[in-house]
Amino acid sequence: MNNIIKRYIPQILAILFVVLIFGFLTLNAQTNMDNRGIDFGFGFLSQESSFDVQFSLIEYSGSDSYARAFLVGLLNTLLVSFISIIICTILGVIIGVARLSSNYLIKNSAAWYVEFFRNIPLLLQIFFWYYAALRALPMPEKANAWFGVTYMTVKGYYIPAMVWENLNIFLYCGLAAIIAIFILRNYANKLRDTQGKQIPVLLYSVGLLIVLPLLSFLFGGVSLEFEIPELKKLSKISYIYEGGISLPPELIALVLALSLYTSTFVAECVRAGIEGVSKGQKEAAASVGLTPNQVLKLVIMPQALRIIIPPTTNQYLNLTKNSSLAAAIAYPDLVLVFAGTALMQTGKAIEIVSITMLTYLTISLTIAAIMNWYNKKIEIKEK
Amino acid sequence: MQTINFLKPNRDNIKNYSIIGSFLVLVSLIDVISNAFLKVNLTSFLPGSLTTLFPLIIGLIGLNMMRIDYSGNKKLDLLNKNINTNNFNALLTLLILFSIIKALPQSLSWMIFDATISGDSKDACTGTGACWTYIKVWFRRFMYGMYPNEFHWRINTAFILVIALGFVGYFMKENLKKYLALYYVIIYPVIAYLVIYYLISGGSFGLQWVETGAWGGLSLTFIVSFFCLIFCFPLGMIFALGRRSNLPAIKYISICYIEFWRGVPLITVLFMSSVMFPMFLPEDFFMDKLVRVIIAITLFEAAYCAEVIRGGLQSLPRGQYDAAKSLGMGYWKMHIFVILPQALKLVIPGIANTFLALVKDTPLIFVVGLAELAGMLALAKTNPKWLGFAMEGYIFASIVFWIICYAMSKYSYNLEAKYKTER
Repeated sequence: MNNIIKRYIPQILAILFVVLIFGFLTLNAQTNMDNRGIDFGFGFLSQESSFDVQFSLIEYSGSDSYARAFLVGLLNTLLVSFISIIICTILGVIIGVARLSSNYLIKNSAAWYVEFFRNIPLLLQIFFWYYAALRALPMPEKANAWFGVTYMTVKGYYIPAMVWENLNIFLYCGLAAIIAIFILRNYANKLRDTQGKQIPVLLYSVGLLIVLPLLSFLFGGVSLEFEIPELKKLSKISYIYEGGISLPPELIALVLALSLYTSTFVAECVRAGIEGVSKGQKEAAASVGLTPNQVLKLVIMPQALRIIIPPTTNQYLNLTKNSSLAAAIAYPDLVLVFAGTALMQTGKAIEIVSITMLTYLTISLTIAAIMNWYNKKIEIKEK
Repeated sequence: MQTINFLKPNRDNIKNYSIIGSFLVLVSLIDVISNAFLKVNLTSFLPGSLTTLFPLIIGLIGLNMMRIDYSGNKKLDLLNKNINTNNFNALLTLLILFSIIKALPQSLSWMIFDATISGDSKDACTGTGACWTYIKVWFRRFMYGMYPNEFHWRINTAFILVIALGFVGYFMKENLKKYLALYYVIIYPVIAYLVIYYLISGGSFGLQWVETGAWGGLSLTFIVSFFCLIFCFPLGMIFALGRRSNLPAIKYISICYIEFWRGVPLITVLFMSSVMFPMFLPEDFFMDKLVRVIIAITLFEAAYCAEVIRGGLQSLPRGQYDAAKSLGMGYWKMHIFVILPQALKLVIPGIANTFLALVKDTPLIFVVGLAELAGMLALAKTNPKWLGFAMEGYIFASIVFWIICYAMSKYSYNLEAKYKTER
């Protein structure tokens, strides 16, 4: 009897506490909304939004609905996160490996890079790039060409656009190449396990990835043309580039700040991972007669990746959440478009803020679930 | 002189190699330095791109000739081991050295030699360098926000008092030490709140009332992060214990709380505190913007704090729990006297890291209209009398934040090292 009381009383109290808090808040919200004449509901999502977004991946105009504005913001958030994740991974791996270098200068430069970019608030870094560094770029008419065809100007970065013909055939070829690589890998693994033979999988994979899409150009009727940005005079003093793709300065500043900031954390993860593989493993592998390349590929990397991947995904998640700072420099991401402009216009504070938070929550929880599954899969099965 | 084998220097004629090698490296460095500092191109007689590549090639050959294994010369061996183990390393060494030399004169002249610091208006800044006059004139604003100039002593006094009270624990008498936790978790926050309320807000004791909208600058960063830290710690502890509880209802409530706050960005939490929170409060109940922000950040950071503390709880060996239970201790007795004192000691570095993240997050409060350092910069930048000094402002703020955060991260490393050895 005593045990049952001890077990259930605290639980009932806790549930009661939570219910009371939620009840209190909802009651207040209800009376407040009644008093101000606001009604609760998600009907506004299908209404016409009547505001414009500067930069969007999909067709969007003021006559589209709020739901589509939400989609525009979400896609912009995902775009900036995706680009930053790629750049920060490349930078992070380089810096992380450099921190373990035997070269005094390289080791210390990498360490200072990490200490420098990690200890300045991300928001300040974004402001620095956007308001100070990128503002010092030349006007469009004075810009020099980078790599001959791209122009970095104060109004953004102009790059050539790709004009495809029969893009779908090309994509199918790429897909076929990826499937072929998977089959090849499985076959190679089987061969290694049963007969101990090694196949240069990487070489074949790269070959497949290049050859198959190339074939689509030769036989599939795929063609690719580049639309190069060209300088155009708008008025006496104002110039602009036309054609091609223009990446707005907000996007560039955001990508720079996010990837430099997060790369320091990725670098630390990579360093910890490589240091985490014990020296004995390397020596044992070498004494079995594996070549240095095989040691790296078959012994070090699988173990190091096991340590590196979980915290690194966490950093990717942080990056995605941090990309919401875009609102500070008016890059039209989810927070700015939806929790900013749309909220201002509709006044539906509760609905819009909860949708925004739930979206981020969904992204985080999905990735966390995938990571848990992956960790379970790769964890060392001890007998 | 014997013939010199360029590709494979050996120990036999170490003198020739090391002298020729260091001479070549010296030539390459002199070439780069004269290019950067004196703007004289020594190798202008060479065609086109060879001029730029010249120091690199010469330097590489020089380093290659200096690379002699076990030369017997200690300094040379040290040099080779550290920066010159193979050609790739030598190349990277040279590239890093050259880029430092190239970047140095420009940044130095911008930041120091051509910079202006005299005068008190924009007109003083005529040089090509940075305009530190801007920082000098705006310094008080950057530190104290819009807080009236004549009352700045109140902020300083309050901070000194709060810090002094924080150190009381070090000087407590031995027989009072058992109340230390009580002091830091309950009494200290209350006293600190009262000190800050009565001194900085004012309104009584003959001090003029200053509304929170006028607070700002770096002092606001400190106020917000200080309160968030002292409030989020106990809250985080509760949820950490809750998550490890074996009562399902309490466990799942804690998990939901922690995962929710960890899954959303801080900026949306601040949006919530400014636009959504007032809707959930009773009518006619007014809550100050700063208080709302502190509550929001506290709730947010408590989730991170809880995860850090949970890590500490989990790393304690099971034996500690079993031993406490076998002595007949109940849940609370066991945690207060056995588990938490050990676990909290383990998580001090983790808490320091959370606090570091918290300080780095405080600039975000600008989205609700509170202007701490970054916010004041944005304000100063758009002042018509001081247009065009964004660069100086952000560099100043970066240096300030960098010093604070770097010192804190070094301190947390030290703590980590200190507590590691004790176990």
